[in-house]
Amino acid sequence: MSSFLPAHGALFLANAVTLAPVDYAILLIYVAFVLGIGFALKRYMKTSADFLTSGRSIPAWVTGLAFLSANLGALELVGMTASGAKYGIATCYFYWVGAIPAMIFLAVFMMPFYYGSKARSVPEYLKLRFDERTRCLNSISFAVMTVFASGISMNALAKLLHQLLGWNYDVSLWICSAIVLAYVLKGGLTSAIYTEVLQFFMIVLGFAPIVYLGLQDVGGWEHLKVLLGGVAQNPAALELNTNTFQPDAWTSAWKPLIGGPTQNPMGVDLFAMLFGLGFVLGFGYWCTNFLVVQRAMAARNMSAARRTPLIAAVPKMIFPILVILPGMIAVGLAVTGKDGYRLPPKPLAAAEYARALPAIKAAAAMDAKAAFESVTAATGMKMNPAKVSALVRDAATLDEATMRNQLQDAVVENDYDGVILSLVKKYCPPGLLGLALTGLLASFMSGMAGNVTAFNTVWTYDLYQAYIAKNKSDEHYATMGRAITVVGILLSIACAYLVSRWSNAMDIIQLVFGFVNAPLFATFLLGMFWKRTTSHGAFFGLLSGISTSALFHALTTSSGNALGIKGGYLWAWAGKTLAELPVRFSFPSDMAQNFWLASFAFLVCFFITLGISLVTARTKNDEELAGLVYSLTPKIVDREESWYMRPSVIAVILLFFCFVLNIIFW
Amino acid sequence: MGLDLRKPIGYFFLLLGVILTGQGLLTRGAAMYAKSLGININLIWGIVLIVFGLLMLIPALLRKGGGGK
Repeated sequence: MSSFLPAHGALFLANAVTLAPVDYAILLIYVAFVLGIGFALKRYMKTSADFLTSGRSIPAWVTGLAFLSANLGALELVGMTASGAKYGIATCYFYWVGAIPAMIFLAVFMMPFYYGSKARSVPEYLKLRFDERTRCLNSISFAVMTVFASGISMNALAKLLHQLLGWNYDVSLWICSAIVLAYVLKGGLTSAIYTEVLQFFMIVLGFAPIVYLGLQDVGGWEHLKVLLGGVAQNPAALELNTNTFQPDAWTSAWKPLIGGPTQNPMGVDLFAMLFGLGFVLGFGYWCTNFLVVQRAMAARNMSAARRTPLIAAVPKMIFPILVILPGMIAVGLAVTGKDGYRLPPKPLAAAEYARALPAIKAAAAMDAKAAFESVTAATGMKMNPAKVSALVRDAATLDEATMRNQLQDAVVENDYDGVILSLVKKYCPPGLLGLALTGLLASFMSGMAGNVTAFNTVWTYDLYQAYIAKNKSDEHYATMGRAITVVGILLSIACAYLVSRWSNAMDIIQLVFGFVNAPLFATFLLGMFWKRTTSHGAFFGLLSGISTSALFHALTTSSGNALGIKGGYLWAWAGKTLAELPVRFSFPSDMAQNFWLASFAFLVCFFITLGISLVTARTKNDEELAGLVYSLTPKIVDREESWYMRPSVIAVILLFFCFVLNIIFW
Repeated sequence: MGLDLRKPIGYFFLLLGVILTGQGLLTRGAAMYAKSLGININLIWGIVLIVFGLLMLIPALLRKGGGGK
């Protein structure tokens, strides 16, 4: 099935768990229900709009939870827990700074234009506001991004099933994709939205007990803070970071940030955090990413559409308890070494075993130092000298399985993406195991469903209908919508294989957002709130923003990464080495690099759009822009609703609570 | 959309809750609960799921044919 791609081989499986019948039952019931929902919705799928945009008929609480769930793919559970372990409570920036304000802005200021303009997608709004060029650029980049995001999700899922249950990677990938395909094909966007809500509850109800048990085990929040205080002063002991920090670096959100990039494990500065993540990336993602905006646009009326992001903001604010706290708990457990717990080591692949096992046997004849170097070279990873020499010493008497086991344990590099799994394995007896595992499975599958449903809409309406086959019957587009769903799934699978070699899914997604979304928010901001913005300005501004992203990434790198892999490829191409790179092109962490990249791309897009708009003539007059631009659209009066239902009132209350959270974890 | 989502969610968690509670009752005092710090987490969480399932299901069944809010 995957002969054209590198073999994943049999990863080391001694740590795999065996599912009990009760776990299989829960897993199967979930699959049955999502397929059942798809089939139950089939009879409502008549037109292309039913299939691709849900015919704008869904209540706000459903779109609200789906809005949140659409963002709960590989990114959320695995990535945020990984970051929770790596950076501690600072990961909450992604919620309290990078998400809540942007979600509120979308609801209060932007939703009226998306929903009110009758555009069916974000790129279509761009066409109505500007022209075909901007729409084309946006829809192509968006289509590529959704396919990648979907692939990342499915790769993480297949890897998880492989490592945890010992299932075959390829089989897991194809079967899970087939299930997603089946229910999306039957029920379209509605199916994706409904299963996203189901998945939301699965995640919450599946992971809450694990967090509770973990927190009990580690001795409660206050004791965890004490433990992490010790970790912060010597994070190298757990291979978390090469620097040392103040004791509160893992347990306080803002103090380490204010101290500058050397004072916090993320290695970011205040400006990059507030402007890069909080403003550019946060608003770029939540306000212009069709994947999430599509959920709100499926709501049954304007008021429901505007409440969608606000409803989503409530669970989003408290989600760190479920996704970041477990990472911190894992670090706390690892530092005490309770019950032999350690952060999961980076898994060795079959090829690495194949090189390392003969190296171990050959090393018996060498002295200790040469033996260690030879084994380390064979695995290509940082190893524990004591464990390696013990292994070399005992090699003659051990069977192969034990050798693999010990070799894997001797790897000191952490596999952060495996943290959440290590906790599931540690705390879940059969029964709860099935529930937690199904929650994970659900989150990855709906990550794929969400992206594929956004992809098929953009393809059908913004690329196919706009450029390839205009003026066909609705039936024609409905058929195309279904056909492209299949293509989207296949492309995702190809991307899953592609990303299966990259370790930290989170950083990759951030990078993709940086390229595509960072400049985009400047285009929307100017387009929606300044009627003078012209089509030329928008197009060339966006183009230069995206080029800036690419150039910035080509020129800069972050510490710990070789040139040419995560940035800096222009230097690598010119034959330079890392040491020759001017110091200002090197960032303390890839997170900082991403945030600065986003900031630059946004500013370039903003000022080029502004400049070109001032010198070019408007192509659309005030009448054409009514409903698309703030100053030319009648204000929405929500007086007919009770005061506590008005978006602006809810927005202020949410902002207040978000502010309080930041103060509590100051 | 004609399908009230509260019903499938309600039935789903009710079913899972019953399974988990059943598993919890059958395995009282089993050695596997050493993992969950000696707590019969299946029994407790199964009951939580049943309660959640009913909270979703009952309002949906009471309002016949109504979809959501």
